[in-house]
Amino acid sequence: MTDFDLTYTLILMVVVFATIMGSVAYLTFAERKISAWVQDRVGPNRVGPWGLLQVAADGLKFFLKEDIIPKHVDRVFYFLAPGVGVATALLAFSIVPFGPSTPPPAPVAVNSERSLDTAVMLHEAEMKAYREQTTFALAPGLDIGILFAFAIGSLVVYGIILGGWSSNSKYSLLGSLRSSAQIISYEIPLGMSVLGIFLFAGSVNLEKILDYQIHHGWFILYQPLGFLLFMVSVYAECNRLPFDLPEAEQELVGGFHTEYGAMKLGLMLMVDYIHMITTSFFMAIIFFGGWHFPGLSNIDGTWGLVVKFLVLGAKVLFFLLLYLVVRWTIPRFKFDQLMALAWQVMIPLAIVNLLCVMIVKEYQLTPWILTVTSVVIFLAAAVISTREKLTVIQRPVTVAHAG
Amino acid sequence: MSAKTVRWIEEPKMGMFERMYLPAIAQGIATTVRHILKPQVKTEGYPEQEPKLPANYRGVHRLNRDDEGRVRCVACYMCATACPAHCIDIVAAPAPEGWKDREKYPETFVIDELRCIYCGMCEEACPVDAIELTTLYDLTGLSREEMIFDKEKLLSVWDQTTKAGTDPVRTKGGHYGPAAELPSGS
Repeated sequence: MTDFDLTYTLILMVVVFATIMGSVAYLTFAERKISAWVQDRVGPNRVGPWGLLQVAADGLKFFLKEDIIPKHVDRVFYFLAPGVGVATALLAFSIVPFGPSTPPPAPVAVNSERSLDTAVMLHEAEMKAYREQTTFALAPGLDIGILFAFAIGSLVVYGIILGGWSSNSKYSLLGSLRSSAQIISYEIPLGMSVLGIFLFAGSVNLEKILDYQIHHGWFILYQPLGFLLFMVSVYAECNRLPFDLPEAEQELVGGFHTEYGAMKLGLMLMVDYIHMITTSFFMAIIFFGGWHFPGLSNIDGTWGLVVKFLVLGAKVLFFLLLYLVVRWTIPRFKFDQLMALAWQVMIPLAIVNLLCVMIVKEYQLTPWILTVTSVVIFLAAAVISTREKLTVIQRPVTVAHAG
Repeated sequence: MSAKTVRWIEEPKMGMFERMYLPAIAQGIATTVRHILKPQVKTEGYPEQEPKLPANYRGVHRLNRDDEGRVRCVACYMCATACPAHCIDIVAAPAPEGWKDREKYPETFVIDELRCIYCGMCEEACPVDAIELTTLYDLTGLSREEMIFDKEKLLSVWDQTTKAGTDPVRTKGGHYGPAAELPSGS
């Protein structure tokens, strides 16, 4: 039902919203539990069986806490910031096809074989068939597709910057400044890492990208380097641990949300988790074929639907768990390191990778060449960085002779 | 500090393997995942799982009874003297008729469990092994008065701990220790 049907859309919105919020809640629980296991602790186990109701207790706590608003804040933006953050983070999810999807039909194409009339007729027939399908996305067939998600996703940073600035506190401001330093670093490799895929799929529409992979194989096979760059950028976008500079509890108290309390803090914390879910979907759909899995995608009927949901869910769950595991593996970057990584390593790699894709497309070569070039580019970057003279200032080495 | 004592240390140069970062990250993730799959949790789930304390744990005091169920204490005040926190208060009285083995017994014997620092010096000082520290650790009360243990309460701790088997009788029954065995009249 791609025909705009208000009731269906509203029901879908409520269901999606509830699912995301539930997932966010249990993501925080999983985070606490996995943190505990990694650190050889027990983790929350008091509320409900195995602590499963802990999320209810946490949520209730946020609602019931006294809502303290410091006197020195800029009240308008202070109240606006969490709303901006959560609203934009949720909005970015609207284009995600979270279930089985069909690509929208190609635009009207006129060539020597068919006249305009037949082309239009064919197109309308295709559109009619497409509209009669049940779609699992809030905004199915959106032509700007993932660009919309990038644009809206970047607006989340406005929530962080507004919150940090309006808090009128040094720690908050430092956090939001770091956030702005971060966004000019990761946004560019984030966009450039998937450019090659747009070239291949010929569209930025997620359903079409997915459809391309069903016929030609997952993009992780041809664009492993692109995936690596995308994943690193996305970790930075979610403010997850190797790049959680704006929060940096050990350095900035609470970072941009230092002055927030009660549910407003809850919303601030929710933003990261919503973002994690959205970006996990992107990684699964753009690089790992979404609901497609060899041998499992030809089942028809209700069971096929269920299997596709499960396949996509499993892929998303994998990336969500990877987020949690990486958090306890890699220490935080300093922000000069993050900028150096983004500008000196990731952007050049993305450009070279894109160049390879363009060459392959131009000369109609087999895409498997890109698998090789990805590895070669990566190794070459490692070799170059070892040869570089990284220390500019050479200090004299004098060894003291003790005694 | 002269320039000679200064020692400049250069960072070790990273090779290509380290420069790639990914192998190191993979190693790190493997370590993390190993911990998730096999959590080496050492935590005791306290209210459900009681801790196993060593027999010489210094918890709540008890006043020991002898074979006839009488209090062993001979009211010598040595524990009260030894106590660094001054939490033991004894009022001695002449032993009742029929208690042939001693002259005095404690009319009252009060320990303020809030002042006590659980050092165990009373136990060491006691010549007749009448006071002992048990492995009772979960001592709680709703008021300060509740935490001042009198003779009956301390004797009931003995009853409780010997019956439960957590702190069995450590001294031989009927044997009062060296002080009680001094030859009479010497």
